[in-house]
Amino acid sequence: MLERCVLLLALWLCGGQALASITVFDDQQRAVHLNAPPTRVISLLPSLTETVCALEQCHRLVGLDRYSNWPERIRSLPRMGGGLDPDIESIVAQRPDLVLLAGSTRGVERLQSLGISVLRLEPRTHADVQRVLRTVALALGLHPAQGDRVWAGIEAALQSAARSLAPSVHGVRVYVEVGPAPFGASEASFIGETLRRLGAGNILPASMGPFPQINPEFVVRAQPDVIMAGESSRTVLLQRPGWTQLRAVREQRVCLFPPEQADILVRAGPRMDEAARLMAQCLAGKTGVRP
Amino acid sequence: MSHAFRIGLWACGLLCLAVLGLFLGMAVGSQGLEPWFARHNDEVMRQIVLEIRAPRTLGAWLGGALLGLAGAVAQGFFRNPLADPFLLGSASGASLGVSLWLSLGGGTVMTVSLMSRLGLTGAAFAGACLAVLLTLFLSRGVLHTLRLLLAGVVVGVVLGALSSLVALLEPSVLQALQGFMLGSTAFVGWTACLLMGLALVLCLGLAISQSRVLDALTLGESTARSLGAPMTAARLILVGVLSLATATAVAQLGLIAFVGLAAPHLVRSLLRSTHAALLLLSALMGGLLLQVADLLARLVVSPQELPVGVLTGVLGGFYLLWRLQPGRESRP
Repeated sequence: MLERCVLLLALWLCGGQALASITVFDDQQRAVHLNAPPTRVISLLPSLTETVCALEQCHRLVGLDRYSNWPERIRSLPRMGGGLDPDIESIVAQRPDLVLLAGSTRGVERLQSLGISVLRLEPRTHADVQRVLRTVALALGLHPAQGDRVWAGIEAALQSAARSLAPSVHGVRVYVEVGPAPFGASEASFIGETLRRLGAGNILPASMGPFPQINPEFVVRAQPDVIMAGESSRTVLLQRPGWTQLRAVREQRVCLFPPEQADILVRAGPRMDEAARLMAQCLAGKTGVRP
Repeated sequence: MSHAFRIGLWACGLLCLAVLGLFLGMAVGSQGLEPWFARHNDEVMRQIVLEIRAPRTLGAWLGGALLGLAGAVAQGFFRNPLADPFLLGSASGASLGVSLWLSLGGGTVMTVSLMSRLGLTGAAFAGACLAVLLTLFLSRGVLHTLRLLLAGVVVGVVLGALSSLVALLEPSVLQALQGFMLGSTAFVGWTACLLMGLALVLCLGLAISQSRVLDALTLGESTARSLGAPMTAARLILVGVLSLATATAVAQLGLIAFVGLAAPHLVRSLLRSTHAALLLLSALMGGLLLQVADLLARLVVSPQELPVGVLTGVLGGFYLLWRLQPGRESRP
């Protein structure tokens, strides 16, 4: 009888262990095993920080990269460098159960060799954002449906932004600049996907890759109807040869987003609904039809 | 004081400073002195001192020693005081290796598996070695110094351009590639130290065994040949040492400017010697230079830190400018 009780207890413990342990897969389908839901999480990518907070798990964050700046309440958290130069010592000192970072972040092998669980996720498309929401939810020990709920909210906002636009906006050809080199967002990028959902066109085809560096001449030739860029590009835009003669520039159909809005536009994360609203407002404003 | 004694004294002095640097390195970091005053059973603080600070400080010394040695070999081999370890195209080869590794990392399952097994350091090492092999192929061997030099420059430029092209086609690579180009000791662990240590012992032994050939080469190639120096074998060994030392350092630390160039100059400004001593002291000096630069990189903007490659670039540049002042050219 005693033996049977011990056996049952052992089975119960093993079962409990199995339930508590978590296995998730990163972008390259590498398995990451966690013994228990992590309570001390470090995020080294702004979109992943926002994903954790969108899942209402901000309180688990104990450290961030220097670029994470949303939501407001995470601003006081300790900073651990950036993707180029993660501060290994500060990360280890925080005793994290899990570090969330982009695949291109340096020092991943170093962190793993120090016994830290690392989950590499880098959302680049709408489908990625949905998948990352589920993966992060799972990694945090939540039900994946919680990630799906956040995605459903984004999806609803995307549809509502698209519905808010007048039919005349459909087919408007847009150039979105994401970096002053200049790098643009093509149809293959998540920004391009959002534009497509809004019914707008993109002067950069998907064949150019998601964020191609473009020849300024290409934009002059393509004559976009609307240009979207960060405010920091204001002076650079007009200095490019031929750009002052662009129809969109002459007719003041250029949306220059302040830094906090530019952050929303260029991050593939749970604030894509806000990004869609900003783009819709720009399109409506510059084509004369308010959403 | 005999010449050999002076050399021994300098070697001991540089080694003692390196040991002091190692202790200082274990005290400096973003967590300050906190790990030293933590409770005895605090595993994390022990990990910070022994698993993070100690290997990176030792790694900085070993990487710097490899670059210092490679610089002394390059300057002796090419009989040019401006020759640096990256002259045979290894830096550009390493960059191309890294950019290809990063861009193919998102490819098919097979490439992902292969790439993850190779690792970033493996890709950089392979890239650097392949670049040197390409240089040797283009220069049709090691017999003609000028041809070797020109082939090295061409390979450096072409592979550098290809690396930029890969980054252009796959802009997501750009940030990580830039990180590699900046050079850093922050990611060095004990395995990297072991690899660099083995490479240093091997390269130093081989280079010193060929130091008489380097001495003979200072009189010109034809004189060296007439003195009976076994040129072909020696050239192969010296190019091998140059490539292995540079590729190992670059793979583990990224691109570190000026250490390989400045270390032999500093040694020559301290004492005149044959190549055997110059090679040994250049390695010790290179190690000390990078170790000090690494300490400064951790201290200057503490608790954050600068990539050490940026600091060596700035400090090394100013040092060489100072060396070029009128009246200082007599002892290059």
